Amino acid sequence: MADKVLMKGNEALAEAAIMAGCRHYFGYPITPQTEIAAYMAKRMPLIGGTFLQAESEIAAINMVYGAAAAGKRAMTSSSSPGIALKSEGISYLAGSDLPALIINVQRGGPGLGGIQPSQSDYFQATKSAGHGDFHLIVLAPASVQEMVDLTFKGFDLADKYRMPTMLLSDGTMGQMMEPVSLDMGEVKEYDKSSWAACGTKCEREHNVVNSLFIQPDELEKYNFERFERYAQIEANEVMYDEYRMEDAEICIVAYGVAARVSQNAIDKARENGIKVGMIRPITLWPFPKAVLNAAADKVKAFVSVELSMGQMIEDIELAIRCKKPVLLCNRTGGMIPTTGDVLSKIEEANKIGGDK
Amino acid sequence: MTHQILLAGFGGQGILFSGKFLAYDGLIEDRQVSWLPSYGPEMRGGTCNCSVILSDTQIGSPIVSNPDILIAMNLPSLDKFENEAVPGAKIFVDSSLIDRKVNREDVEAYYIPATKMASDEGLSGLANMIMIGYMIKKAGVMPYENVEKVMAKVVPAKKQDKLALNIKAVELGYNFD
Amino acid sequence: MVVFEKPKALADVPLHYCPGCTHGIIHRLVAEVIDELGIEGRTIGIAPVGCSVFAYNYFNCDMIEAAHGRAPAVATGVKRSDPENNVVFTYQGDGDLAAIGTAETVHAAARGENITVIFVNNAIYGMTGGQMAPTTLPGQVTQTSPYGRDTSKVGFPVKVCEMLSNVDGATYLERVAVNNVKNVKNAKKAIKKAFQNQLDGKGFSLIEVVSTCPTNWGLTPEKALEWLEDNMLPYYPLGVYKDKFAEKEDK
Repeated sequence: MADKVLMKGNEALAEAAIMAGCRHYFGYPITPQTEIAAYMAKRMPLIGGTFLQAESEIAAINMVYGAAAAGKRAMTSSSSPGIALKSEGISYLAGSDLPALIINVQRGGPGLGGIQPSQSDYFQATKSAGHGDFHLIVLAPASVQEMVDLTFKGFDLADKYRMPTMLLSDGTMGQMMEPVSLDMGEVKEYDKSSWAACGTKCEREHNVVNSLFIQPDELEKYNFERFERYAQIEANEVMYDEYRMEDAEICIVAYGVAARVSQNAIDKARENGIKVGMIRPITLWPFPKAVLNAAADKVKAFVSVELSMGQMIEDIELAIRCKKPVLLCNRTGGMIPTTGDVLSKIEEANKIGGDK
Repeated sequence: MTHQILLAGFGGQGILFSGKFLAYDGLIEDRQVSWLPSYGPEMRGGTCNCSVILSDTQIGSPIVSNPDILIAMNLPSLDKFENEAVPGAKIFVDSSLIDRKVNREDVEAYYIPATKMASDEGLSGLANMIMIGYMIKKAGVMPYENVEKVMAKVVPAKKQDKLALNIKAVELGYNFD
Repeated sequence: MVVFEKPKALADVPLHYCPGCTHGIIHRLVAEVIDELGIEGRTIGIAPVGCSVFAYNYFNCDMIEAAHGRAPAVATGVKRSDPENNVVFTYQGDGDLAAIGTAETVHAAARGENITVIFVNNAIYGMTGGQMAPTTLPGQVTQTSPYGRDTSKVGFPVKVCEMLSNVDGATYLERVAVNNVKNVKNAKKAIKKAFQNQLDGKGFSLIEVVSTCPTNWGLTPEKALEWLEDNMLPYYPLGVYKDKFAEKEDK
């Protein structure tokens, strides 16, 4: 086992991207993710990579688009208001079938909002990261180790399915330090020669990277094809973690820092004799629908713990076909639910259907 | 065994660094560790705090809302966090900067004039590590013999000249009273 | 004997441009330059949003379609992906480059990004059917300035070469036109120099090509050329606005 090191989530993520073979980072400063840019600014010149501070988030995502179109592993990082600006470029990446990694270290919104941790970009990331019919693969780390592992995995998934992947994190994950192993194994290489715009060398027809299809039947065909790929992803790439679900009568659903807080509350509730567990989505898209739907046949209620006004709760209700009640335990604006907040919601859920 | 530690004071007192010191001990002892700073404008001259959890089991929330060890290096921090500490918590107070006593009677309070000791001993800026030394003595969060090893890891390579001074500060706190 | 050939870098497909539009000439000049410099295999072109949106179909080199105005940022990403080998050009209209993409244009120039920008200025939004452009002349009638561009309400045209000549990072800025043989020859010389600069690692070059839009100007192709001469050129004088290396050589 490789030695563990103590690193901030943002810096560990940046190092993981480099280890995944990313040599092209384009960004624009915004709290609470600026450590990523600072780390890249320091490291990239030493390893022959590119760090460029763009004039805007819009320019940064379009630089990513350019480098990705040329066949390189490229990434950008930002926080909520900056991601909104990138949404144009994200849609173009999706429409042109380009792989790239986009990091969102979420802060409170709407508007300029605040700089404290938040999960209020759930809808944006999973439903509407830009205009048009498309999805991002959305990965939600709940530890510094997962910031690393999912960055590495995110690049791989992006290349494998030729689509942008988003790491949806929050200020807590970005700013905290935990021991982390950077031993991630081999980087899998993908052949991009059939589509990358990196020069024909006069040896082949020209490659065109494009999302414009003026004929509606042609555009529809591309959208259908893309959604066939999405169906494969939904079938093969769902990731989640279960915590004390064996005999659970109440199921918490939470991701990121909300899952960490929920874990404490579950342990406390169990000490008080309440059978509660957690299903923690690691992929927010594809959402772990099947496991939640199966759990709905066993538990009497769900609790969605979120740092938002209640966004993921809609996906939970859809996934379980509203078979069981879903309670919401939430804080917003940069506030984080406490263990006590989650505990009292668990107690409330436990009263559903009468105490056993 | 789990320690939920909250370190709090002004920006510039080395709150985050002293938290890092404890976190690095957890790392070399192969314990579960989390270190979470408050971030944002308050870091720049306002109040600043840092959650450190050292545990032998998996850590849930990295946020320490109810510390079992509180290090308070200014009055606003003591005012803010005293009532959040768990019953039986150990509260460490820099008595050269905080002129009141801990109000609660269900906690153990320890007073040390760390900032004054630091300036008397030519260790200005190292009151944080004096606090840590005293805390190690009274709360036993980490073995004293680890101090030098951990310090070598946590003091950046460029500042190795500060290594001995930091160790001396911990020693000073450890041997207080 | 072959007396007239299509440049190799130009694809053998019909162009969609209106009769009398000068995009075709400018495409040809760019393709001839690519041929003459022997760089087709390592050239990547960035197409804009506007009339030349389909430029990715017309050049035989690798092509990328950018979002509206973002071509210089996309070009930056491509160039940085392999700066030793890639030759990267953008082909942009006035709305793309001087309205929605002003920030990307100015900052690519400020960084001295080693790319070539072909900027086609015809003083109107062509693709959407003739709306006011950032370069529409004072008094000029368009669909969205039906009483003529009123400078007291909507301000003045943006003179791109003049503006960028104050940007330290810019290397070479020249305004040309393609309304007669002499000007076409000059335009080609300028475009070639702009590509050669990139090959020499000299940095950001932009060639502004004053162009016509007979359809949206409501003129015959012939009259459009006259209108260009009488109205555009006095407002947008041709010439070299900056040549960093010539200045150095002079000194």
